[in-house]
Amino acid sequence: MYAYDEYDQTFVEERVAQFRDQVRRRLSGELSETEFKPLRLTNGLYLQLHAYMLRVAIPYGTLSTRQLRRLGHIARKYDRGFGHFTTRQNIQFHWIKLEQTPDILAELAEVQMHGLQTSGNCIRNVTADQWAGVAADEIEDPRIWSEIIRQWSTLHPEFTFLPRKFKIAVTGSPNDRAAVKVHDIGLRMHKNDKGEIGFEVMVGGGLGRTPIIAKTIRDFLPKQHLLSYLEAILRVYNQFGRRDNIYKARIKILVHELGAARMAELVEAEWQQIKDGPLALSPDTVARIAAHFAPPAYADSPTFTPEFDALRLENAEFRRWLKANVAAHKRPGHAIVTVSLKPEGGVPGDMTADQMDAVADLADLHGMGEVRVTHSQNLVLPHIRRADLPALWRRLSELNLATSNINLVTDIIACPGLDYCALANARSIPVAQRITEKFNDLARVHDIGELKIKISGCINACGHHHVGHIGILGVDKNGEEFYQVTLGGSEELSASLGAIIGPALPADRIVDAVGNLVDTYVALRQDGERFLDTYRRVGIAPFKERLYAPA
Amino acid sequence: MPLLKNGAVAADPWHKIVNGEALPPDGPVILPFERWRAERETLLGRNTPLGVRLSNTHSVAELEPDLDRLEVIELEFPKFTDGRAYSQARLLRERYGYKHELRAVGNVLHDQLLFMQRCGFDAFEMEKADPVTAWQAGTSAFSVFYQPTGDGRAPVERRRAAGAKAV
Repeated sequence: MYAYDEYDQTFVEERVAQFRDQVRRRLSGELSETEFKPLRLTNGLYLQLHAYMLRVAIPYGTLSTRQLRRLGHIARKYDRGFGHFTTRQNIQFHWIKLEQTPDILAELAEVQMHGLQTSGNCIRNVTADQWAGVAADEIEDPRIWSEIIRQWSTLHPEFTFLPRKFKIAVTGSPNDRAAVKVHDIGLRMHKNDKGEIGFEVMVGGGLGRTPIIAKTIRDFLPKQHLLSYLEAILRVYNQFGRRDNIYKARIKILVHELGAARMAELVEAEWQQIKDGPLALSPDTVARIAAHFAPPAYADSPTFTPEFDALRLENAEFRRWLKANVAAHKRPGHAIVTVSLKPEGGVPGDMTADQMDAVADLADLHGMGEVRVTHSQNLVLPHIRRADLPALWRRLSELNLATSNINLVTDIIACPGLDYCALANARSIPVAQRITEKFNDLARVHDIGELKIKISGCINACGHHHVGHIGILGVDKNGEEFYQVTLGGSEELSASLGAIIGPALPADRIVDAVGNLVDTYVALRQDGERFLDTYRRVGIAPFKERLYAPA
Repeated sequence: MPLLKNGAVAADPWHKIVNGEALPPDGPVILPFERWRAERETLLGRNTPLGVRLSNTHSVAELEPDLDRLEVIELEFPKFTDGRAYSQARLLRERYGYKHELRAVGNVLHDQLLFMQRCGFDAFEMEKADPVTAWQAGTSAFSVFYQPTGDGRAPVERRRAAGAKAV
């Protein structure tokens, strides 16, 4: 994985010193809260309902075990002993004291981390496929390009006061695991007719109160032009994006108002002026970055061992875990393991400091010392020897981190909701917890199959409800929590937005409603159909009819 | 309002013409862009230094024919969070080769000076009581820069490449 050199390290230390001075000016009264707010936000520090929240960037979701242990240490020393992994592959600490934040950032800088660009109207922390570099279906490692984007976007002097926040996601696989079509820019690596690898460039995707699927403005961008093309898009957006209305300021509205063809013309015209300038990527630069992502020194490992075979035969839960949480790796004898942060009754994405330390130990012991964060709020151990899977599973089970539910009904994405967030209309976490309690029979969960439930506590859609197979949106009706249900959303390359099924439901009916929708699917499904497939075949009517049928 | 140039408070000999104001017979003047556009022919015949104040919704390309003649261009930050003038500044410097004074006006704050400087501004009107201290703190906070811009600072990638060659 990427390791800072002296320049990166100097930069992040200078950033801590700058923020320490800004906090000092705030605490002494030299800066008002109004003046301080944008400064703290660009360092990831929010003021929420009960306390400050610090969001720490995890670039494209990659963590070393040293970094994960440091996050655990911060949770223990400065927070309440846990952290919350987010849909942007970051981590949030929800109970932070302002005066301690410079020290926290200094401790993070020691392990090459920071809170930079996790907030504010700038280019946010870039996200990528959590299986980058190890997925069997990968065309090229998106981390190389994500790191190049990370450096280019770091305190970009022209693009730090954009009309609105700006999110870029990269995938190097035909099976998109980075939800690139719901980002401001989505980059998909693919091969053209000549066998060259480049990027399909999509712009103007996003969720929030106006969900839109991104449009392709360039089918194939040669790799050396990545930064000049991004700069051209951002320059067009910075000049023409709306600033009169915060709800119309994202690039998706500009693309929608101009049309994708006109947007492409403006970007291409700007790009022609700068494509062969200093942003053109030299082979040396790319090679220098790519060297950081060379595969680790894998030892030969058998695909099966007697212990593995025996456990698989005798233990149904181990079989389910292999099926749901273990994926094919590029390298024979190895596997990609997803650590579920969605146990029964748990808060999606929450992890205790002790669990962080324990997972770091496991990654060092079995997995080349590397950990990833997924946008669905789980962790990944990307390089596990298959022979070690039984031992790993046993230990993860002891830690309550081996729930065999990845991409299944209880692998729920949820925003922090009204338990923490000042913007929320309703709670998200308790709804997620109650759904996991309702579906606590893992045999049944596996029988139901792939089903992605996503819950947002307000229309800002941090829980991605628009692209949930079942989406749940918290709304406020005269001071009471209600939940609006959508069906048929998807964030994959065949992306779609969910359709509203009918009137919002009160809090005490929402969990049974999910049960009702699942029962309808199970009754209607044909061979091998997932929930989404059945929905796309039969439409919303049968689901609606049964959900709102008089008791 | 103090004018900062090269980190020091500088004298400001320029007279800013407001809408409808008659031009003084001589002396350097800065005109709103609309006035400049309307009276361009006459103004170009004037034997005194000329400047233009361009709002952040105009294209800098409109000034291209006159960049040799203009000795000040003012770009506006109506709020510090409105970053359009950063793009205007880079285009003026890097695309159109504007060489004279590029002045940031409006909500110009301590913590944005470095971004402005990197985009090509070299003069700053600041409300701050102690602009020189703000300048020093604001522009010296970082020694490492990741983007190539027209300000002449070597981006990290060039320093890395030079280091790699030196080894």
